[in-house]
Amino acid sequence: MATLEEEIALSTVVLGAGPDGLLGVEPTDKADQFLVTDSGRTVVHYKVSDQKPLGSWSVKQGQVITCPAVCSFQTGEYIVVHDNKVLRIWNNEDVNLDKVFKATLSAEVYRIHSIQGTEPVVLFKEGAVRGLEALLEEPQQKIEAVISDEEVIKWTKFFMVSKHPVLIFITEKQQQHGNYFAYVQMFNPCTLSKYTLLLGEEEKTVIKNFTASVDRKFICLMSLSSDGCIYESLIPVYPSDGEKNQKVVRSLLLKTVVSGSAQKSVALTILDQNHVAVLGPPLPASKECLSIWNIKFQTLQTSKELPQGTSGQLWYYGETLFMLHGKYLTVIPYKCEASSLAGALGKLKHSQDPGTHTIPHFVNWETSQGCEPGSQNSEQSKRILRRRKTEVSLQPEVPASTQLLLNIKKDSEKHIEIELRKFLALKQTPDFHTVVGDIVAGLLGRCKEEPSFYPRNCLMQLIQTHMLSYSLCPGLLEIALEKTDVQMLQLCLQQFPDIPESVTCTCLKIFLSIDDDSLREIDINMESVSDYNDTAQDENMEEQTGILQNGFSSEEDNCNSCDPELNQKPQDATQATTSCPVIPQRAALLNAILHSAYSEIFLLPYLKDIPAQHVTLFLQYLYFLYLKCSKNATMTLPGIHPPTLSQIMDWICLLLDANFTVVVMMPEAKRLLMNLYKFVKSQISVYSELNKIEVSFRELQKLNQEKHSRGLYSIEVLHLF
Amino acid sequence: MINWIPGTYCSELLTVSLFRPGMGEFKVHRVRFFNYIPSGIRCVAYNNQSNRLAVSRTDGTVEIYNLSANYFQEKFFPGHESRSTEALCWAEGQRLFSAGLNGEIIEYDLQALNIKYAVDAFGGPIWSMTASPSGSQLLVGCEDGSVKLFQITPEKIEFERNFDRQKSRILSLSWHPSGTHIAAGSIDYISVFDVKSGSAIHKMMVDRQYMGVSKRKCIVWGVAFLSDGTVISVDSAGKVQFWDSATGTLAKSHLIANADVQSIAVAEQEDSFVVGTAEGTVFHFQLVPVASSSTEKQWVRTKPFQHHTHDVRTVAHSPTALISGGTDTHLVIRPLMEKVEVKNYDAALRKITFPHRRLISCSKKRQLLLFQFAHHLELWRLGSTVATGKNGDTLPLSKNAEHLLHLKTKGPENIICSCISPCGSWIACSTASRFFLYRLTYQHDNLSLKRVSKMPAFLRSAVQILFSEDSAKLFVASNQGSLHVGQLLEGRFRHLHTFQPQSGTVEAMCLLAVSPDGDWLAASGTSAGVHVYSVKHLKLHCTVPAYNFPVTAMAIAPNTNNLVIAHSDQQVFEYSIPGKQYTEWSRTVQKQGFHHLWLQRDTPITHISFHPKRPMHILLHDAYMFCIIDKSLPLPNDKTLLYNPLPPKSESDVVRRRTAHAFKISKIYKPLLFMDLLDEGTLVAVERPLDDIIAQLPPPIKKKKFGT
Repeated sequence: MATLEEEIALSTVVLGAGPDGLLGVEPTDKADQFLVTDSGRTVVHYKVSDQKPLGSWSVKQGQVITCPAVCSFQTGEYIVVHDNKVLRIWNNEDVNLDKVFKATLSAEVYRIHSIQGTEPVVLFKEGAVRGLEALLEEPQQKIEAVISDEEVIKWTKFFMVSKHPVLIFITEKQQQHGNYFAYVQMFNPCTLSKYTLLLGEEEKTVIKNFTASVDRKFICLMSLSSDGCIYESLIPVYPSDGEKNQKVVRSLLLKTVVSGSAQKSVALTILDQNHVAVLGPPLPASKECLSIWNIKFQTLQTSKELPQGTSGQLWYYGETLFMLHGKYLTVIPYKCEASSLAGALGKLKHSQDPGTHTIPHFVNWETSQGCEPGSQNSEQSKRILRRRKTEVSLQPEVPASTQLLLNIKKDSEKHIEIELRKFLALKQTPDFHTVVGDIVAGLLGRCKEEPSFYPRNCLMQLIQTHMLSYSLCPGLLEIALEKTDVQMLQLCLQQFPDIPESVTCTCLKIFLSIDDDSLREIDINMESVSDYNDTAQDENMEEQTGILQNGFSSEEDNCNSCDPELNQKPQDATQATTSCPVIPQRAALLNAILHSAYSEIFLLPYLKDIPAQHVTLFLQYLYFLYLKCSKNATMTLPGIHPPTLSQIMDWICLLLDANFTVVVMMPEAKRLLMNLYKFVKSQISVYSELNKIEVSFRELQKLNQEKHSRGLYSIEVLHLF
Repeated sequence: MINWIPGTYCSELLTVSLFRPGMGEFKVHRVRFFNYIPSGIRCVAYNNQSNRLAVSRTDGTVEIYNLSANYFQEKFFPGHESRSTEALCWAEGQRLFSAGLNGEIIEYDLQALNIKYAVDAFGGPIWSMTASPSGSQLLVGCEDGSVKLFQITPEKIEFERNFDRQKSRILSLSWHPSGTHIAAGSIDYISVFDVKSGSAIHKMMVDRQYMGVSKRKCIVWGVAFLSDGTVISVDSAGKVQFWDSATGTLAKSHLIANADVQSIAVAEQEDSFVVGTAEGTVFHFQLVPVASSSTEKQWVRTKPFQHHTHDVRTVAHSPTALISGGTDTHLVIRPLMEKVEVKNYDAALRKITFPHRRLISCSKKRQLLLFQFAHHLELWRLGSTVATGKNGDTLPLSKNAEHLLHLKTKGPENIICSCISPCGSWIACSTASRFFLYRLTYQHDNLSLKRVSKMPAFLRSAVQILFSEDSAKLFVASNQGSLHVGQLLEGRFRHLHTFQPQSGTVEAMCLLAVSPDGDWLAASGTSAGVHVYSVKHLKLHCTVPAYNFPVTAMAIAPNTNNLVIAHSDQQVFEYSIPGKQYTEWSRTVQKQGFHHLWLQRDTPITHISFHPKRPMHILLHDAYMFCIIDKSLPLPNDKTLLYNPLPPKSESDVVRRRTAHAFKISKIYKPLLFMDLLDEGTLVAVERPLDDIIAQLPPPIKKKKFGT
């Protein structure tokens, strides 16, 4: 359920917020701190939780800031443009903007974009795009015009799409309102695609605000039109070659979220997959409101009245919404928990405190205190700082893990894998444990965000460091289960000592239900499975049963007499033992289950959920293993790390305990049950004999002791040297 | 070959002198017929203030262990047949109370080592008792289902009121740390009482089901009330359960045993607790965070310990150790490694089985051993042999040991102490209220025993008894701190003198030592140091400078009159009584320090004796070794081998002389309860093998090895 939390008002005394509102609010490299640029001359650095400015900078009288200040996530420096062409770069220590690094560009800048994971990019008013570094190398370079003269950029946004930066900007033809174009700029290779936005029937409307989100293939552009409705257009990220001027249609998403006749500007921003925030008056006469809409269910989730009026601007970073409310910059934390039945019933625990969400899921002990990211930007003049950036990337030792963690957030699977391999090859530091945990948490976090992202090889490598456990990364098995990645599941079962029984059982279900053909294609670790179809020893086995049962010949066993069917088909019985009921791949997977640790009480309820034919199959396999075991005198299976006899027996018991009523009704399980019954009976008699022998031995031992003990009294010679 | 004339005592002496013993060659009478069975442990109570542990046994004995002094058993209160202790607790700082099935609450006088008073609670047998968190009130749970509150006054305890009467006996009690509520475990349910009103506010039913089978009754053996309102219960169905006392609901249940869980103790910080089961297992539970970064914590069973074979009847939780005791008579102290700051020998597991005092005395002249049991004494005559042999040989017996006497005391009280005179003609023993002195006469094979009548009235109870070397004097340490000296003449006792305690102290003297010439008497209490009295002049001669650790054994050497004192920290001092100062040797030892392995032994030295012909030798022993200290040899340093079990083979004399050091140790005899020199070449060693004790205990819960 989406909720707006208590708002925080930041004083704007230092800001010269005009009637047009602010130029922009931009995030910095620190989670809680933001750069606010007013429409005049001032940039203020706010720490939201402290509700106070940390620093403020102004340009000289006569100059005017034309583009909101941003923070470079790579260097921690701030960048602003004043008078359209003058670029300034500074950091926290600088006092006077006049004295900081300055570069005069040859064209007018529209916006500078800076997001986590890539260098800032500069969008010029004529549509050209440059990376900041490239631009600074030659500030006076020629900037080409990309868009036609009559077009004006209305809105722009910068994304990371699976590690690649993508810039989108919307232009509008100045003379003819209602003609909109979308440009998608890709970097390396640098491609620009142009799309014409078709407004459909509502040709007359003017789009008042845009917002966009991105998934793997499409940019989902939402627009708030002057009729108060929200429309959605899907723009492909990767240009389909061929057509030069492509067209994008838009479809109605939400109807009349704001009053159509609103004079003031309205704003819109996407919060997550299902939620958007809309700023504007819901009814013509009403005051302005911030409302959260669920677009999936087309419902209003929550709203907040803003009686003092806003500037019609809305920013959303992390989990906070920013807007200008009256004279104050208002910060409203927004939270949306996935709705679930448990949540509805009030049983969902708040798994995390709101303040701790950035902390990784394990204790850092004393080791990881030193490797806080982003603490390297400090003092010095900008030139040195600029050089330092390159130095940092050359020094792998301190932030190797930090760097890797950063890479995880943005890089491609391939790249992460190479980086990870490099990292694992490094000497293991004392905090290796924590770092490995961090990395997995990072990877899983990204998996959750991007459904397509599944760095299988990386995860496999990390599991094999033997440093992970289920409790350290519960999400890992969850994802592997989701993807039915049996190979990963097998590895986890082998490596993790603490998998909960419910998960073990889910794995078992998958292992039993996956079909043979797809199993054959998967590369499964088969070392626990020796050649089960080996028939050479069959004859030995017949002879050895006598020894095994400790003198209890099954022929004499009276259960045979009550089981004519079994007696009639002795050959069938031997046949059943010779062939493994499952293919070796499945056997290897099932062996992984047999090896996993469990507690009976917790496992039993889950075992009941397994379908009957799967239970029978598993039982047959277990019985086969048992027979295989009994083939040699040591009661072990061949192969490396095979299941032990007691594991096999325990699982047979557990399965029967959980599913007996079902299995007993199945005709195909009848033979199996008969065999097991016979076996148990002989086992009981063996044990009772063993107990008898144990008692006799104890008596013998007592006699022996008495003989050995020196009696109650003796005289001995002692020589102390 | 030498021909022997067997039979007479004189010939035995001759044997020894002809034996030509070397440096230390002895014939050892190895005695294993001391049929001593320690009583099972019923309760333990830990006192954080003094770091002392009170232990009560099933025969009513209460022992006090000083955990700071190397776990030395520094005091004990003799048992009583009708006084089975069911509960033991410290209150008001360091006052010790016990309650039992005779329905009485008893307070112990830790100075005089006797019972201060007994108060009947009038509720039938008492099953449980606990002191309030402030220590000013006592709560007892009785057979009739009543919970009674007593106010502790400086001198006594006073009944205050009853709580709401319950249906069945109250087996366990626990006080909420704030003192406002109590939890009481009964049969099939736990009640929570409001202390102010005395009424039961919750009744929490305990599941009788045991492994799916409904048992007849579920007994709540222990409860613990935590400050967050959680009540932890342990019961006869093998469960450890967590209850919410505010709502009276079950929060969590752990099935930990197939048998009863009989005891629980919670650490003061409430971050860990310990439970003991009838299967001999002790489980440690700890409050650990659910995830490493979260503040939410839960109780997790962390460590199982199997140091007992039988029921663990009681557990205690000191800040650094888990303490458990039960039917198998061992007191086990298991330090928690994470709480022990210095990983030294204190971090090792301690298993205390035998009392740290002497139960055996011997008559050298007649080769008699007197064994002290709870309610009787046994007198044995040692056998003899005529054969000789080399090291390790068992010699054929020409005469076996002989059980001469079985002397049973009347009354329900346990024997506190006993002694046989060196000449073998006197036996003295004492219970808490009666003193016995017997005269023995030997006529060939016949032994006659006569109790000496007309004992002075003040000789009622003794803490320690000692005869002088010539058997003409008897020294008795009474529990009021005074020392009585009596003369034994022609079968009669004549009181000579009483050394009164130093003004103001009533501390009982637990250890006595008399010089062989009979001139000096040394007496030691548990804390006040060693006093040396002149028997000739009947006055206090001197006081040995006080030492931090209690004395475990002491003896006065012949001729030199040097007093050798062993302390519980394994230090040994030699103090010259005539010179009133430590001897040169003692100073040298202190300067150089003992060998680290010597200091790491975990049982105290319980007996010291001397060789009549070798003034440089000191003989001493603890439960696991016997040692002769040769003062003429250099002391070992930490690099030399302290104990070398292998006899030298072909080493030259030079090598042997170079490696020789003052400590000659033998670890052949263990557990060693008593060892003394009978004559120059003969030792007597009394062993009590643990197997023999276990064989006489009730069988433990049998766990099947095969099948389920």
